[in-house]
Amino acid sequence: MGLQTGTPVSSLHARSSYKVGDFEVPTGREEEWRFTPLRRLRGLHNGTAAEGGKVVVEVDAAPEVTVETVGRDDERVGSAYVPADRVSAQAWESFDRATVVTVPKEAVASAPTVLRLRGEDASGAAYGHTTVVVEPFAVATVVLSHRGSATYADNVEFIVGDGASLSVISLQEWDDDSVHVSHQHARLGRDARFTGHNVSLGGDLVRISPSVVYTGPGGDAELYGVYFADGGQHLEHRLLVDHAVPHCRSRVDYRGALQDQDAHAVWIGDVLIRAEAEGTDTYELNRNLVLTDGTRVDSVPNLEILTGEVVGAGHASTSGRLDDEHLFYLQSRGVPRDEARRMVVRGFLGQLIDKIEVAEVRDKVAEAIEAELEQEAHE
Amino acid sequence: MATLEIRDLHVSVGQGADGAKEILRGVDLTVRSGETHAIMGPNGSGKSTLAYAIAGHPKYEVTAGSVTLDGEDVLAMSVDERARAGLFLAMQYPVEVPGVSVSNFLRSAVTAVRGEAPKLREFSKEMRQAMQNLSIDPAFAQRSLNEGFSGGEKKRHEILQLEMLQPKIAVLDETDSGLDVDALKVVSEGINRFGSSGDAGVLLITHYTRILRYVKPDFVHVFADGRIVEAGGPELAEVLENEGYEKYTKAGASL
Repeated sequence: MGLQTGTPVSSLHARSSYKVGDFEVPTGREEEWRFTPLRRLRGLHNGTAAEGGKVVVEVDAAPEVTVETVGRDDERVGSAYVPADRVSAQAWESFDRATVVTVPKEAVASAPTVLRLRGEDASGAAYGHTTVVVEPFAVATVVLSHRGSATYADNVEFIVGDGASLSVISLQEWDDDSVHVSHQHARLGRDARFTGHNVSLGGDLVRISPSVVYTGPGGDAELYGVYFADGGQHLEHRLLVDHAVPHCRSRVDYRGALQDQDAHAVWIGDVLIRAEAEGTDTYELNRNLVLTDGTRVDSVPNLEILTGEVVGAGHASTSGRLDDEHLFYLQSRGVPRDEARRMVVRGFLGQLIDKIEVAEVRDKVAEAIEAELEQEAHE
Repeated sequence: MATLEIRDLHVSVGQGADGAKEILRGVDLTVRSGETHAIMGPNGSGKSTLAYAIAGHPKYEVTAGSVTLDGEDVLAMSVDERARAGLFLAMQYPVEVPGVSVSNFLRSAVTAVRGEAPKLREFSKEMRQAMQNLSIDPAFAQRSLNEGFSGGEKKRHEILQLEMLQPKIAVLDETDSGLDVDALKVVSEGINRFGSSGDAGVLLITHYTRILRYVKPDFVHVFADGRIVEAGGPELAEVLENEGYEKYTKAGASL
């Protein structure tokens, strides 16, 4: 292991390593850390984090799916992902037991496999690792449900085999005192399909870095995200899609709403199309709805294209207030202003929530958004 | 029996360094149940401003005059209160609202205006029938409101709302613009169904006389330079058809 050799091909593909010591302690001036309030990471980034945190993992697996708890020496663990920043390397060096989910070749899971990660103590740090292996031509849905109180850093690997299909829904519904820094890396085989939903609603600071790399042509990744930042909350999503082989497709659509003082949302969307990735088809989008004064949005789409032979490559980012014309239209039909506001926000986020394939989860997310809207502050 | 009374209405738009610009300069108009009024006038005469001012769009500031519905002060009401009081504005450019389905929107509007939520089954039946009357594909019920609709589809949906909300007074702002003849007929039939209920008043704002072949006005008003400059019966529309607005715009310029 150790530092990967070779010159990075682009600014979006910096170094990676399993060793914490290979990464400088961030100061907050680095591009990858400049939006994150380091003080609130509780030392996860600089080795000073208190010990003794606890995150309990409970699994409710589909009958076709096997789930194991394994030690650090299991060769599947860490096979797809090399940590890309210091917190990720810290999580890698610090976890004791990993969860490995395996969907056997050609198996079609008849139910979602749900991993419930429940934080029991936020005063100390906890570390985790999860590896999901979907063997060739298998089909599965995995739900990662994060709740409770925690200071938690983890890495999650999704290894999607040739012709396989994996849908992941990661719910960040932490208590207000939680900090969660996570990398979710998907490695897609030939003709593999991956759909990732991130729903970030709860926690003091949540920083999720979903990434996708393709190892064969025909890979298809759709990454969706919904977040709702309340006063004082920091919700950050940093995406990297690495088109390293020809004829793969990616779609990114992240949408969030923000309300009240010091609600902060960060979205970074990096897409790299390498010279050899001809026939790439990619589009990424981030939209933010600012519901009150006092919030902050940072949205940075970044597309680096090293070949001209693409099917499509585009990105868009918009952040703005509720559209007065939307509200006027709904109000002009008798709908009171507060209800009109809720309808517009619900509609805006609902277009992504509707894409969540698991009805139960979809309904719960819709309810959670309703709850956020209920406590909505005044304009 | 309802009466919308507009008295000496002055409306300005814009503010700041450029200053507010007065668009309506003293409008007097009374619309009663059972009456259909057509307001006709050249582009830029302030017809749409009148419509938006009645509905309460925040962009338009009423600087003088009054608007009452059955004696109640409309100008003191919020936009949604006006709708619940019985006013309706069919917009020239209906707004697209992503993620809010037509059926969900209609149900919310109907609930707000009627003061209670309709039973789901009855509401669905009523909506289906209303859509059928306007030759709207039932699949539209699940689509996002106005999103990706053609101009004609948007206008049909405005009339769909009109028929389901059954206001006392409906203001139709250039509902005919951008419609082909078939769509114009369908939309006109909807307006006539609404108007023939007897206790509804219609204020039809249009640039063209074409729609007046299908929706017969009782009164025609010519609008120029922010006020009504001439009023008459249906015969006035024929004069406008033949002579255009030229004499009014010239008159306006010489004022």
